[in-house]
Amino acid sequence: MKDTVEIRWHGRGGQGAKTAALLLADVAFSTGKYVQGFPEYGPERMGAPITAYNRIGSDRIRIHSNIYEPDYVVVVDETLLESVDVTAGLNPDGAIVINSAKKPEEVKEHLRGYTGKVYTIDARRISVAALGKYFPNSPMLAAIVAISGVIDRATFLKEMENSYKHKFAKKPDVIEGNMQALKMVLQEL
Amino acid sequence: MAIRERLSGNEAVSYAIKQINPDVMPAFPITPSTEIPQYVSTYISNGEMDTEFIPVESEHSSMSATIGASAAGARALTATSSCGLALMWEELYVAASNRLPVVLALVNRALSGPININCDHSDSMGARDSGWIQIYAENNQEAYDNFVQAYRISEHKDVLLPVMICQDGFITSHGVENIELLEDEEVKNFVGEFNPEHYLLNTKEAMAVGPYAVSNYYMESKKAQTEAMKNAKQVILDVAEDFAKMSGRSYGFFEEYRLDDAEYAIVIIGSAAGTTKDAIDEMRNEGKKVGLLKIRVFRPFPETEIAEALKHLKGVAILDRTDSFNAHGGPLGSEVTQALFNAKCTMEVRNYIYGLGGRDFKVSDVKKVFEDMEGLVTEGKEVEQYQYIGLRG
Repeated sequence: MKDTVEIRWHGRGGQGAKTAALLLADVAFSTGKYVQGFPEYGPERMGAPITAYNRIGSDRIRIHSNIYEPDYVVVVDETLLESVDVTAGLNPDGAIVINSAKKPEEVKEHLRGYTGKVYTIDARRISVAALGKYFPNSPMLAAIVAISGVIDRATFLKEMENSYKHKFAKKPDVIEGNMQALKMVLQEL
Repeated sequence: MAIRERLSGNEAVSYAIKQINPDVMPAFPITPSTEIPQYVSTYISNGEMDTEFIPVESEHSSMSATIGASAAGARALTATSSCGLALMWEELYVAASNRLPVVLALVNRALSGPININCDHSDSMGARDSGWIQIYAENNQEAYDNFVQAYRISEHKDVLLPVMICQDGFITSHGVENIELLEDEEVKNFVGEFNPEHYLLNTKEAMAVGPYAVSNYYMESKKAQTEAMKNAKQVILDVAEDFAKMSGRSYGFFEEYRLDDAEYAIVIIGSAAGTTKDAIDEMRNEGKKVGLLKIRVFRPFPETEIAEALKHLKGVAILDRTDSFNAHGGPLGSEVTQALFNAKCTMEVRNYIYGLGGRDFKVSDVKKVFEDMEGLVTEGKEVEQYQYIGLRG
């Protein structure tokens, strides 16, 4: 049994995939885990495909290479499915979660025969309902926590509230919306 | 009491700077070190430290202003990467030859071209002969710990040389990992006050900094500089010993990992050492006697100590994250090979170039190198003296 969980994020520059990976590292750290959260930078442009990574485990993490055989994959932008091999190396005992309004069986044709679990979450609908704006990273963060179980849900919500209070100290009005978005995702998955 | 945190390498170094609270920091931003002046200037504007921050218009000016501040008697520093370091070229030599104990937070990045923002060691390795002490880190913890130790080394009266604290761009600078921080008071007491013996703003002692030296004097000043670099070896070890007493974390010129009973070893610098350790553990489980020597201090170069640590091996692979373009190897390859030759070691030695411009260095790359070395020694397999690893197939 692998003691380090490895997660790969696929997004586009400007959507917050890197921020979400760093937030996941933050939350996992606050539950006493050893963590890594790091981006892989290509050309620094809005809209260009970017990848970010998490390792979360109970022992100190030394490896400094990218993740080629992730346990979980998060796709923040479903238009990447056609151009990026998002399931490359993905553990068939793991799972992939995609930001999409479609049902899992409708996106499966783009997953190049991946046999593991497939989840979709409509981050746009949730974000607009909870925040009035489209910020996919909070819903996708809740989604990966829900499907991977790296942090238990109650602890996750408590730590995220602390984190948002710190992060949005000058914009307290957005804290409630972000918390609402997280809770909506946890109810759906 | 250690403070458990999770920080990126840039945050970690910025936090050390805040705790040290030096007098002057001139800086010009460049990826991937930009966050360091950003964090420090935020600390200053929040009133958490009172360093004089000087925004300048280029790295030529940031190092010039750092030199000026240090010569005046201030504790000074700056941060940069890649082409920024290249633009400081002239001043690097001025800082070292004027024996100014400035510290540079270097976040390693490839030099152009092609233009690339990712990690390799071509920037600092290009400056290896500029007279600066160079200390490298495997992870965020080491970048922080090395920075806390920097001024104690640079300001020591037997040294008085500038220090470059290097970490791998993006890999550690932008990667968030667990870290143990020291208390502010611990750091302040450890680093101490800066009381220079000679400085420009001392009205009781008129002096010049950086005057012309005719041939009758120039060479003696260079000899004094090289003696200072030799002295730095003992000072680096003494400071590390004091640091270990405070933090519980031990440092030397290099780290040996499963090297004692190894038959084959990799010599490497920086974040790739962590990946190498994981690969070594996997190979040890398969019965392979493999180990690592991770260089921490590259300047001064701990020649005899490295040879002593490697002399029992059957094969040594030296991995450089830059090429010297001399058509026969990289800088670490050349210097470790020289160390082994001078110690009359005759094992097989090979030099690999890896990770240029952020090319990922993987566990499988480490295994390939060890397989090469074992094949070379046990079966006489042909392995090029100097080769690239990790090229696209």
